[in-house]
Amino acid sequence: MLAPATDEALLRRVERFIYREARLQDEHRYEDWEHLWADDAIYWVPANGADIDPEQQMSIIYDNRSRIGVRVRQLLTGKRYTQEPKSSIRHFVTNIEIVGRSGADIAAACNVMVYESNLRGETIWAARTDYTLREADGALKMARKKVALVNNDKPLYTLSFLI
Amino acid sequence: MNLSVQPTDLSDRIRGEHIHGSLYTDPAVFQEELEKIWYRTWVYVGHESEVPETNDFVLKSIGPQPVIMTRGADGEVHLLQNRCPHRGNQVCTRAKGNARRFTCPFHNWTFENDGRLAAYAFPEGYADRDMSELGLGRVPRVASYRGFVFGSFAGTGPTLADHLGGAAETIDRLCEHSPEGEVELTAGFLQHRVKANWKFVLENETDGYHPAFVHASIFKVAESGLGGLYGDRSTALTRDFGNGHTEIDLRPEFRRLDRPMGWFGTTPEKLPDYASAMAAAHGADKAREIMIDGTPHVMIFPNLFIAEIQIFVIQPRAVDDTVQHVTALQLKGGREMNRRLRQQTMGSVGPAGFLLADDSEMYERTHRGVQSLQPEWLFLGRGDHRERRDADGYMVAHATDEVPSRGIWQHYRRLMEAA
Repeated sequence: MLAPATDEALLRRVERFIYREARLQDEHRYEDWEHLWADDAIYWVPANGADIDPEQQMSIIYDNRSRIGVRVRQLLTGKRYTQEPKSSIRHFVTNIEIVGRSGADIAAACNVMVYESNLRGETIWAARTDYTLREADGALKMARKKVALVNNDKPLYTLSFLI
Repeated sequence: MNLSVQPTDLSDRIRGEHIHGSLYTDPAVFQEELEKIWYRTWVYVGHESEVPETNDFVLKSIGPQPVIMTRGADGEVHLLQNRCPHRGNQVCTRAKGNARRFTCPFHNWTFENDGRLAAYAFPEGYADRDMSELGLGRVPRVASYRGFVFGSFAGTGPTLADHLGGAAETIDRLCEHSPEGEVELTAGFLQHRVKANWKFVLENETDGYHPAFVHASIFKVAESGLGGLYGDRSTALTRDFGNGHTEIDLRPEFRRLDRPMGWFGTTPEKLPDYASAMAAAHGADKAREIMIDGTPHVMIFPNLFIAEIQIFVIQPRAVDDTVQHVTALQLKGGREMNRRLRQQTMGSVGPAGFLLADDSEMYERTHRGVQSLQPEWLFLGRGDHRERRDADGYMVAHATDEVPSRGIWQHYRRLMEAA
């Protein structure tokens, strides 16, 4: 059992990580964002609920580490037209909690709202986000990130910024 | 031709290879399309594999209209309106499930899953009503082709076979890729919404001119061979089957390359179980041909796009509100292929897809663009000097030519000018 003071310090560290990730996304710092991922990472945005089996059912995003790299490199071409011009976005992150520990893995969760403005207009996205964070070389890395949009069972506009 | 005159009626907005932009943006045109296209012609609704068991149901649509597709106790597929005949309440709110009956929560009327009224609450209030007249509304005509279920709100008209015409053969070509001759849709759908008219989506599906530009970003970083299929030296063809059905026939290019499974970016050696199942089903030579040719790229008018590895169902909801419902094709007996089909589909399509997010961006920009004044016309004349009839009598031209769009608009005009 961790002492409360250690718990508090870890929560602060996790919060700083999540806020920084949000800022990198808001600022479209694609390569810096890619560096946050662990080598065996999974980036998952499910469709049709939060509990589908992504190995059997369609997800909006279900990227392994290699595909995360493709996603970033496509954005970096400057010809990913849905992000040229880039969406103006702001992530609002709340309700950050550490919900579990297992070895070096830290399970954290939060609520996220994203306000997007692009050529089409303005769109509000909201999600429950689950992280598995892992200590590596003195820094936290994302081993897994799951973004369960509250309306992922409905028709969604293009989601081409980093969520 | 004087294109500066403001067109008045619908037929005046289609002048040869010139299409007036208002056909995409005029709400009155959209209402007329619902009546003359979506609620009249055959529209793809769903696949039999989505309701495999007795009493399975799934919510689908015909245009903006919700439709419940059920597998009744009789084993038949039914298309029912999601509307209680009493006061109009929706009787089904779950996306899919298994139910022998649907009960309207408003006044507790209960319906069999073939639409018949089973019971109403407090029946003394309805003295001698004929209950057979108070069932759920049905789509008058339902027919399927190799598991693909279509519905028509018109009580009479051409049969489904008449409607599909030569395009039926593309569905046969698709099913050949399953060692058991059947495809299945079991992976659930992504729903991608665009603020654009449905016809931009329809036309783009067999527009071979855009990939080299719109998709240059992903072709480059994924080192995809797809780009060459749509280059100016490609031997691939566009084809107009008539009745609005169009395809990009990639087979000439794949046959030139002569690589089994090259269409899927792999080799039979990497899929040994699949390759041997195909050889067992078709014989070695025929299996090799099928695996060279690849699956079709065909747009069945007005809403079913078979896109090699997935299908799209185009749903118009308003003049500027369209949903693309998309799922991976799954090959019965092709387990080794199916995971890859799902993975590639998730990567390429849907709201975050490497391909479709950019296509959808073009739909929305074009929808805004065509509302600008002068010139108000679109020009669809690419390749008209080199189009020709193939051995079956269908118009074909180069992979990047606008034969498909011209075919779609000809058919559109026929439907819209009908009484």
